[in-house]
Amino acid sequence: MNEHTNVPLIQLKDLRKYFKTGAGTLHAVDDVNLTIQKGHTLGVVGESGCGKSTLGRTLLRLLPATSGEILYHGENILNYSAAAMKKTRSKMQMIFQDPYASLNPRLSISQIIAEPLKVNHVFQSKKEMDERILDLMDTVGLARRLANAYPHELDGGRRQRIGIARALALDPEFIVCDEPVSALDVSIQAQILNLMMDLQDQRGLTYLFITHDLSVVRHISSHIAVMYLGQVVEYAPSKELFQNPKHPYTKALLNAIPIPDLAYRDKPRELIHGEITSPIDPKPGCRFAARCPHATDACMGKGIPLRNVGSEHQVACVLYGQTTGE
Amino acid sequence: MADERNQTQEDILLDIQDLHVKYNTSDAVCYAVNGLNIQVKRGEVFGLVGETGAGKTTTALSILRLLPQRIGEIPQGKILFEGQDVVQMSEDQMRELRGSHISMIFQDPMTSLNPVLTVGDQIAEAIETHHQSMSKEEVQAKVDHVLKLVGIPPARKYEYPHQFSGGMKQRVVIAMALVCEPRLLIADEPTTALDVTVQNQVLDMMSNLKEELNTSMILITHDLGIVCQMCDHVAIMYAGKVIEQGTVYDIFDQSKPHHPYTIGLFGSLPSLQSDSKRLKPVMGLMPDPTDLPPGCEFHPRCGSCTETCKLKAPGVFQDGETHMIRCHLFSK
Ligand SMILES: Nc1ncnc2c1ncn2[C@@H]1O[C@H](COP(=O)(O)OP(=O)(O)OP(=O)(O)O)[C@@H](O)[C@H]1O
Ligand SMILES: Nc1ncnc2c1ncn2[C@@H]1O[C@H](COP(=O)(O)OP(=O)(O)OP(=O)(O)O)[C@@H](O)[C@H]1O
Ligand SMILES: [Mg+2]
Ligand SMILES: [Mg+2]
Repeated sequence: MNEHTNVPLIQLKDLRKYFKTGAGTLHAVDDVNLTIQKGHTLGVVGESGCGKSTLGRTLLRLLPATSGEILYHGENILNYSAAAMKKTRSKMQMIFQDPYASLNPRLSISQIIAEPLKVNHVFQSKKEMDERILDLMDTVGLARRLANAYPHELDGGRRQRIGIARALALDPEFIVCDEPVSALDVSIQAQILNLMMDLQDQRGLTYLFITHDLSVVRHISSHIAVMYLGQVVEYAPSKELFQNPKHPYTKALLNAIPIPDLAYRDKPRELIHGEITSPIDPKPGCRFAARCPHATDACMGKGIPLRNVGSEHQVACVLYGQTTGE
Repeated sequence: MADERNQTQEDILLDIQDLHVKYNTSDAVCYAVNGLNIQVKRGEVFGLVGETGAGKTTTALSILRLLPQRIGEIPQGKILFEGQDVVQMSEDQMRELRGSHISMIFQDPMTSLNPVLTVGDQIAEAIETHHQSMSKEEVQAKVDHVLKLVGIPPARKYEYPHQFSGGMKQRVVIAMALVCEPRLLIADEPTTALDVTVQNQVLDMMSNLKEELNTSMILITHDLGIVCQMCDHVAIMYAGKVIEQGTVYDIFDQSKPHHPYTIGLFGSLPSLQSDSKRLKPVMGLMPDPTDLPPGCEFHPRCGSCTETCKLKAPGVFQDGETHMIRCHLFSK
């Protein structure tokens, strides 16, 4: 479609998003470097409050970045004018964490899906637009008779389908999916995941997929980034991360997955102990150190960069990659 | 309430009998709960599982009588809490019940949080109502303590809810519910917004509450892993009814008979081991609650559907003392 085919669709360089709070500066996203190839899905996991949503929103310029670069097709969108950004934004969409809060309760389903089409003046005639709306409802598996219903009348699964239809309205290339299935039961969740994977196959969509559900992220992602307090602490192809986790936080995360099998029922819960480091004016050093069973003095004092520990596998931990390999 | 109830009834904290709930919306009547029967014993964790729209939240709201005014209605059924019917209680009695005996953690944390109060002040308020003799310093120390328990640095108590992430807000709500030391805790998807490490911490706190105070819990969740680890009893809901119910050992034992929907539920789980790309969800959607199908509500989606299923509602099949399945496959 474009001439520079080797350029990744999305590239983040030292992206930062800080918030000023009464107590100091909160480092929500701190020097994040990530690459997403077209047609791929990057899964983002990490402790609640570690900055996943902020990363997604900053990446779409829904929040102003503090510093760094966001390259989209190789161009830094942070330098775009409002007009250029408006055009680009139609190619970059978001599906929100909370289907309840993200839908305007006063608009009907068809009006919600119509919004982006109206704002961007996509259609001249109402008839064309109505057809497109019904089309989108078919695509995401919403019965057409619901066109005039309101969000509160629907269950979570159908509400999330509205969110997906709205995100698809402008034919985007890239979608930030912030917990799109966490409010859904496993069967509807499977339907929505299948739908999203089908849409990806049909339209070549690229996803940044934020979730807490590790079996979901393993299922849908080609690569996974693990975040801890604003920073990426591990990055690897999905399978590799599960087979060969390196960072102590990643390991703790994988160990904590509740297994639906009676054989695991009476095993004691594995808890991470220790104080949680505050993201407000954090001291240099590993932010997981206070809770890490392997922490030494080497972990504190200076930033711990991501290092290569294999092809495409990177870890930010002094235990790995000091010398070459491990 | 001292009457001639026997030992086992004494153990039952909550007894829901033939509960029906409907929503009278402007254009249709939605039959959200259609004859629900569950019993929650003291000190037990009761898991409520089921597809979106099955009526889980509606059931929870009914127990607290928090259904939307004018629209939500309980035309039939009893909700006995310690033997007293919640459905018949006055608004004053309800306030007492909600304040000190039953706590609920809502799906959406903002239902319980006040946007203009700091997080610390809200937790302090909850503590003060329940421990009225505590000094200001003791209250603040307890605020710090519970924040740490849910994994939030106490220094952040001066912030407002909008400055917290979704999962952090949920943790605050959980902290508030736990300091109330309720007799019944209803938790509606309490941990879906949390990562698994924090989730483990929260589940651990809930287990402690159960051990220390004999609190009963209704745990509404989609996560069968959590159900398996936490719950003593499990009810699986479909279209406002319980279609299978039993101990956790009944439900998670693959060698026992199960409702076709239960089997579908387990088939929908993305596995951490297998590599198959497509998931196998139960096909189709939950029936329209304004227009439920005749016969078994699940029949349009059921792979084992027969002519009987389309016409006649299935009776209850009792597989041993604790395990119940509502399906024609078993009830001949
Ligand atoms: N205020 C309301 N007005 C009209 N219908 C409603 C209302 N609240 C819920 N319903 C309907 O009642 C049915 C049961 O909804 P409920 O929220 O109890 O389901 P649930 O099992 O909690 O689902 P989820 O897993 O999505 O939370 C659904 O069909 C829903 O659309
Ligand atoms: N508007 C804001 N003002 C101040 N701090 C904020 C604001 N928005 C987010 N934060 C802080 O930034 C950090 C990251 O929040 P974010 O919502 O990105 O987390 P998250 O990883 O998405 O969490 P969750 O998994 O719970 O959704 C948190 O410490 C949060 O309190
Ligand atoms: Mg988030
Ligand atoms: Mg619900």
